[in-house]
Amino acid sequence: MSKKVSRRQFLTYTLGGTAGFLGMGMLFPMIRFAADPMLKKGGKGAFVKTNYKEDQITETPLSVDFRVDVKDGWYVPEGGEPRTAWVMKSEGKILALSPVCKHLGCTVGWESNPQFKGEFFCPCHFGRYFKNGTNVPGTPPTKPLDQYETKIEAGHLWIGPIKKA
Amino acid sequence: MLRAVYKWVDERLDVTPIWRDVADHEVPEHVNPAHHFSAFIYCFGGLTFFVVMIQILSGMFLAMYYVPDIINAHASVKYLQTEVAMGTIVRGMHHWGASVAIVMLFLHTLRVFFTGSYKNPREFNWIVGVLIFFMMLGLGFTGYLLPWDNKAYFATKVGIQIAESVPFIGSYLATFLQGGDMVGATTIPRFYALHVFFLPAGLLGLLATHFILIRRQGISGPL
Ligand code: FES
Repeated sequence: MSKKVSRRQFLTYTLGGTAGFLGMGMLFPMIRFAADPMLKKGGKGAFVKTNYKEDQITETPLSVDFRVDVKDGWYVPEGGEPRTAWVMKSEGKILALSPVCKHLGCTVGWESNPQFKGEFFCPCHFGRYFKNGTNVPGTPPTKPLDQYETKIEAGHLWIGPIKKA
Repeated sequence: MLRAVYKWVDERLDVTPIWRDVADHEVPEHVNPAHHFSAFIYCFGGLTFFVVMIQILSGMFLAMYYVPDIINAHASVKYLQTEVAMGTIVRGMHHWGASVAIVMLFLHTLRVFFTGSYKNPREFNWIVGVLIFFMMLGLGFTGYLLPWDNKAYFATKVGIQIAESVPFIGSYLATFLQGGDMVGATTIPRFYALHVFFLPAGLLGLLATHFILIRRQGISGPL
């Protein structure tokens, strides 16, 4: 094959390039449109006040309901979406665990299986966590439960976003 | 590289004759704008097809966000148009493309009419073309309701009342189109189904027939 570009090749490349450019001009907006959810930034997550006072929190995990504002596309549920945290005192500090199982996202409960006293239990695949949220080795979860940020303001418990590991 | 892949496939599946059949055919001098510029009028059919392809593509993408029901329809359109990147462009393609498709189709019809191309032996293809025209009008009509704004609502009411004025079957027709006694919750999913499944399927079938016939009979001769 000669290195020289023939007239025919030149035309093919030019036509192909132009067609490709025009085609991309058409396709790019549509692909960007479809990919938008991947490229959107998530909400920051603010602290919300709960109905619990500081002195109600003990060493025993307490299921604390709270509501966070979410925006699900065009759908903004009134009063926010319900969330739950398992809140307890541990070594003098407040620990608020997310109930979302680190295996595949089911919901864990405190002592919800009578077989496993003093542990969080996930019914989906028998995942278990110790009281401080650490996963029990040998059960499906491979990471400890997520923790929420917390603060006490005017005696009330406030819950914030999930702590970054 | 590309050539090697093509060769590999071609050796096994013998695709060359297929695409030769589809793409490799003579363009007579009287329809080639490179010879007589006025021959551009022969492009309208192809342009209509091109716009229809854009409609199908942009419609597929819009369907990723659109929800056909009375509560979410308008909200989802507003969301995809104002909050999703390039939403204005993609919805704009579908919105303006709808009008352009009808205009192109009309110009194509005029060309066929004034060059007498519908005459023997191409009468059948003229009829197929008229059916395509009705399909496109149906697509325009059903698509118009989907944003569920005031214009959509009242345009559909008017359209359905026109259908209702048909003698004898009018009221049945209106109830069928509405899916009930009024334009509302049952109408949107029905129009959506027609707009994205039934009419496009019919349109593609008719287009295939249109193209097979034109390949079989060839483009009509010069004036
Ligand atoms: S999701 Fe919890 S154990 Fe599998």
